[in-house]
Order: sequence, then structure tokens, then C-alpha cells
Amino acid sequence: MLYSVFMLALRSILRNLLRSFLTILGIVIGVSAVITMVTLGNGATQSIKAQISGLGTNLLMVRPGQRGVPGGGGGIGVAQFSEADAAAILSQIGGVAAVAPEGRASLTVVANGRNWATSVIGSSNAWFATGNWKLASGRLFTADEQLAGAAACLIGETVRREIFDGTVGQTGLGEHLRVRKFSCTVIGILAAKGQSGMGDQDDTVVVPLRTLQRRVTGSVKVATLLISMQEGSDGARLKASLKQLLRERRNLAIDDDDNFNIFDTQQLAETLSSTTQVLTTLLGAVAAVSLLVGGIGIMNIMLVSVTERTHEIGLRLAIGALEHEVLLQFLIEAVVLSALGGVVGIVIATAASWGLSSLMGVPYAFDPFINLLSLAFSAGIGVLFGYFPARRAARMDPIEALRHE
Amino acid sequence: MSELLIQLRGVTKVYGSGQAELLALKGIDLDIEPGEFVAIMGPSGSGKSTAMNILGCLDMPSAGQYLFKGAHVEALSRDQRARLRRRFLGFVFQGFNLLARTSAQENVELPLLYRGDSAGVRRAAAAKALQAVGLGGWEDHTPAELSGGQQQRVAIARAIVTAPAVVLADEPTGNLDTQRSHEIMALLMGLNQDQGITVLMVTHEPVMAAYARRRVHFLDGSIAEDVANTHPTTAALVVPAPEPAGAI
Ligand SMILES: Nc1ncnc2c1ncn2[C@@H]1O[C@H](COP(=O)(O)OP(=O)(O)OP(=O)(O)O)[C@@H](O)[C@H]1O
Ligand SMILES: [Mg+2]
Repeated sequence: MLYSVFMLALRSILRNLLRSFLTILGIVIGVSAVITMVTLGNGATQSIKAQISGLGTNLLMVRPGQRGVPGGGGGIGVAQFSEADAAAILSQIGGVAAVAPEGRASLTVVANGRNWATSVIGSSNAWFATGNWKLASGRLFTADEQLAGAAACLIGETVRREIFDGTVGQTGLGEHLRVRKFSCTVIGILAAKGQSGMGDQDDTVVVPLRTLQRRVTGSVKVATLLISMQEGSDGARLKASLKQLLRERRNLAIDDDDNFNIFDTQQLAETLSSTTQVLTTLLGAVAAVSLLVGGIGIMNIMLVSVTERTHEIGLRLAIGALEHEVLLQFLIEAVVLSALGGVVGIVIATAASWGLSSLMGVPYAFDPFINLLSLAFSAGIGVLFGYFPARRAARMDPIEALRHE
Repeated sequence: MSELLIQLRGVTKVYGSGQAELLALKGIDLDIEPGEFVAIMGPSGSGKSTAMNILGCLDMPSAGQYLFKGAHVEALSRDQRARLRRRFLGFVFQGFNLLARTSAQENVELPLLYRGDSAGVRRAAAAKALQAVGLGGWEDHTPAELSGGQQQRVAIARAIVTAPAVVLADEPTGNLDTQRSHEIMALLMGLNQDQGITVLMVTHEPVMAAYARRRVHFLDGSIAEDVANTHPTTAALVVPAPEPAGAI
């Protein structure tokens, strides 16, 4: 019985292909929108997480600035750090793996007849450790180079590509790179890290801190301290003692506010990914509204189809169809249509989110849960919105229905 | 006296209420034995269709009793009446009422589907019924590809495919020309004589009513005359023009 009613429903769908197509259009759009939004959102979250962990695990970043005023380049009028601060942190706080003082300047570098605007970083060898950098080729600074502020530099993959691609050897190793008024010898190439939420990390030139201070900024101040913690050390305690030490070194009275901020990449990762998750949920919700609208579309078409097919319903009832059989037929039609819409929606969404995520440079994060949920939801919409028109059809008086032309 | 198939006792039908109240049937008594061929006649608005709908268990009398094979139809539920229809009754309508964009075969199979017959049984029975109405070879044609007479024959095939006790036909020839009408009448008469199916038919045309063996005249909601037809037209007088299979 169920089978033959199912076949009836299927035949009726096939007999009216255009009507069926229009019916499922709303569901197709709704389902594919929901899945695409959620998949892209998940992909964005994943990629942000990956990039932040690429910044360095267990990394603390200290910057001068009032609480709640995150210093972009260091709070104005607030004391900066010095190299001595870095040394003190390393020697006085347990659980610290490496401390790197960091200064930055945005400059144009020139070599090989090409120029490229990049970010020049002055720091020590510890900087490579805190940032989980690997060498693609060449070497790090020697102790002498760091002490003397030698004209030596390491370059990121982007800088290498922009300046040295197409040269003999391609690497630029040993070449001279002009940075403002001085030129430095390229001693190493950093392994690529890729795009990050904070921009292209590979777009960088690293020189010894003293080189940057003397030849570029003209000051012995340090804008940022990067501190990496040892594996398994207690982050909260380390942060507390770091804070205490810095307050002492900066001569803050008990009731003075901190004039520096400590950022934790772990926290940063959590904050950022929770933001993208909220965004994903929001987009998903908006898309869900379109799915609902699609459902109402189904109800509308089912209602129209009941009216259109009143005559047919009358005939079926006259030749002996029971009320629940007519109900079942219309219900199955609605469910098959909306489930079909769901499946087509999933196919479109898979193609769209795959294409879009590679376009946006985020990983394709297939989420079986949202796929199943959308399918179940669209089938549910079919039941819900198919039911009332179907009931209307089934309860019709056969004579009245037959008289209807 | 053989057992009665249909018994109407004081059946009335009231449409509307209050000012608009209309007494379409004013207490009808009617007995029909198995195997009868009854023509129901009467002027427009006299209550023929109303009576047919009640006889066909499609509508309920407002008052009175309707016994079908001794069972009280007026006491049956909607679904019980539907089961009675699917088991014992076949319908032929003036407007054919075939499903559009659906082959003759599928149209004829429809009542069997609701009976839950398997695909094989349905196909064989439908083919046989189409054969019986002279439409062997036309199984795959949709209503749009069939002439009016052919469509009505498909409808008759659909009515008889369940081997019903009664075929009810409300003006089955109302939409057909004279030649097609005679063919349809010959068909109905054949069903009545060869298969013993009781046929109840509403018609305006005395020529068509002449095929029946009994004529019931309605007038203003009552039965004015109920007479036996002593010399019914016989099948020999009208030979259905054979239609070549596969052509339109
Ligand atoms: N659903 C209805 N609601 C109200 N009045 C109705 C309804 N159906 C029929 N009637 C009325 O009942 C009376 C009998 O109608 P019925 O259809 O039985 O006549 P009929 O004999 O079949 O006529 P015709 O030869 O024109 O088909 C008519 O006056 C008609 O207007
Ligand atoms: Mg009538």
C-alpha cells in the first residue's frame, strides 16, 4: 500500500516537472545557502586558528600602552622597553624559553633593480625561536653580528620572490639588499609560513636589533617584547611574574595602572575564532531564514496544486481512495520534493563552498552535521508545510471536488 | 424474487438551509435487482444526478434509508463508503474525468492501485479491460491523444476493471456525437448482458434510454414513472465501428 502510494506520488511529480522544479527551488537555494555559509565560516575559523598557532605556540607579546589602549606602535608618551628588559625577563622568570625584543619599520627595500615595500624587523636570534621560524637556506645571525649591529639580514619568502625571483640561484643569498640608506648582505632565507589573519607574515626583512636602532629608527627603544614559554610551563603564573617584574622595572607605584599590555596568542586565537564562529552562526541563521521561506514556498505551491488538482482528488476519492491515502500521497509528494531539494542543495553547496573556499584561501571544512541537519530540516519542512494542504485535499467532499473544473 | 441489490426507502436530499433550502429529492423509493439495466430520465433539475450520487455512495441522503446488498449505507463512515465504492461500484462520468498526461493503461490501473493489487495483476487487468472496450493497443496513449469516444471507453474500462457489481453512468454520452454514443451504449449493454453487471445510467436521450430494460422517470424530485422497456434496442442493431489500433 505504502509502496503504491509512493509510486503514485512519484508519478505525479514526474508528470509535472516544471511545477516540481519551481517547488523545490526555494529549498535548493535555502539548503545550499545554509551549508555554504557554515562551511565557509568553519573554514575561516580553521584557517585563523592555524595561522595563529603558526605565529608561535605559547607566545606572549608585550607592548607598552595603557590598559584598554592597545598600542599600535606603542602608546604615545608611554615608556618603551629596552634590550635590558628582555635580558632581565629571560634571566629572572622561570619557564621562559626565549625572549626577543622587536622593533619594526615599514620601508622600501631595493636590490636587483627592483624595489619592494616591506616590514623591516630588528631583533635577535631569539625572534626566530619565538615565531617558530625555520630557515629555508643560509644561516642565522652570529653573536658578533648581533652585538655590532652588522649589515646582515634574513628575508622572508615574499621578499625573496619579489626581489630575487628570476636571478641566478633565485635565493638572493649573499646579495646586497638596500634598506633605506644602508645595504645589508642577505645571509638567510626564511621558510614560508603563508597568509595570516594579520597579513603576509613572509613579507619581512629581519636585521639585528642594533642595526635597526642605529640605521633606521635612531633610538635604543624596543616597541615589542616577544616571549615564548617552555613546553608545559604554567602560563598564568608566568604571566603574573612577568607583570610583576615589568612593573618593578618601570617603577610603577602600587596604585598605578599597568603601562604595558601582555597579549597571549592562545587567548588571541580563542577570541578570534569565537568571533568567526559567531559570524558563522549569524550567517547560518540568515541562510536558515531563506530555507524557511523556501518551505513556505513549498506550502504555497502545494496549496495551489491542491486547488489545481481538486478535480483529480475528487476522482481519486470517487473511485475509492481513502482519506488517508490521498493525504499520504500529497504528503509523500511534498516530502520527496523537499528532500530532493535538500539533496540538490547539498550538491550545489558542496561545489560552491569548495570553489569559494579555495578562492578565499581558506580550507574546505566539510561539516557532515550541517549537511545532515539541512537535509532533515528540508524533509521536515516538507512534512510540515505539505501536511496542511494535503489534509485539505483529503478532506474534500468527492462530489464538490468532482464538480470543480 | 431474487435478493435486492439496491433499496431506497423514503430518501430525501436537502441542499442549503433557511431561505435557500431546496428539496432536491422528495422521498424516493427505488428497488434494483442484480443484473438490471436502468435508464434514469427526467427534465433538468429533477434530481437525477442527486439520486445517482447517493446511489454511488458519493453523497449521503438527508433522510431515509439506503440499503446496498442489505447494508445500511447511510450509517457508514466516509472511509467505509470509499471501501464500498472501490469494491462494488464503477463510475462513468459525462466529462470522462481521466487523469491528464497519464496513459490509458495507468488511468485504468488507478482503482486497482487503491485496492493494493500488485503491478503484474494491475497490468493484466487493465489490458483486459481496455481490450473489452475495444481499445487493445491504445494502452500508451494519453487522453490528449484520444478522441472523445475513445476517452469515454477508457473511462468505462476504468469503471469495470475492478469487476464491480454496479456501473453508474451519469450522462455518459452527454459529450459525444450520435455515432460514438451508440457505441458507448452497445458497450454498456454488452457489460450488462455478458458480465451481468448492473448498469444505472442517466440520460436525456430517449434513443439511448431505449437500450435499457427499465426506465425510471424523475420529475421535480420524485419518481414519476417506473416502467419496463419491453423491446430494448439490441446490440445487433448497432455495431461499433472498429477503430484501427495505433492510429489516432
Ligand atoms: N450542491 C448543490 N447545492 C445546492 N443545490 C443543488 C446542488 N446540487 C444540485 N442542486 C439542486 O438540486 C436540484 C437537482 O439537481 P440535479 O443535479 O440532481 O438535477 P439533474 O436532474 O441531474 O439535472 P441535469 O439534467 O441538468 O443534470 C437542482 O435544482 C439543483 O439546482
Ligand atoms: Mg445531472
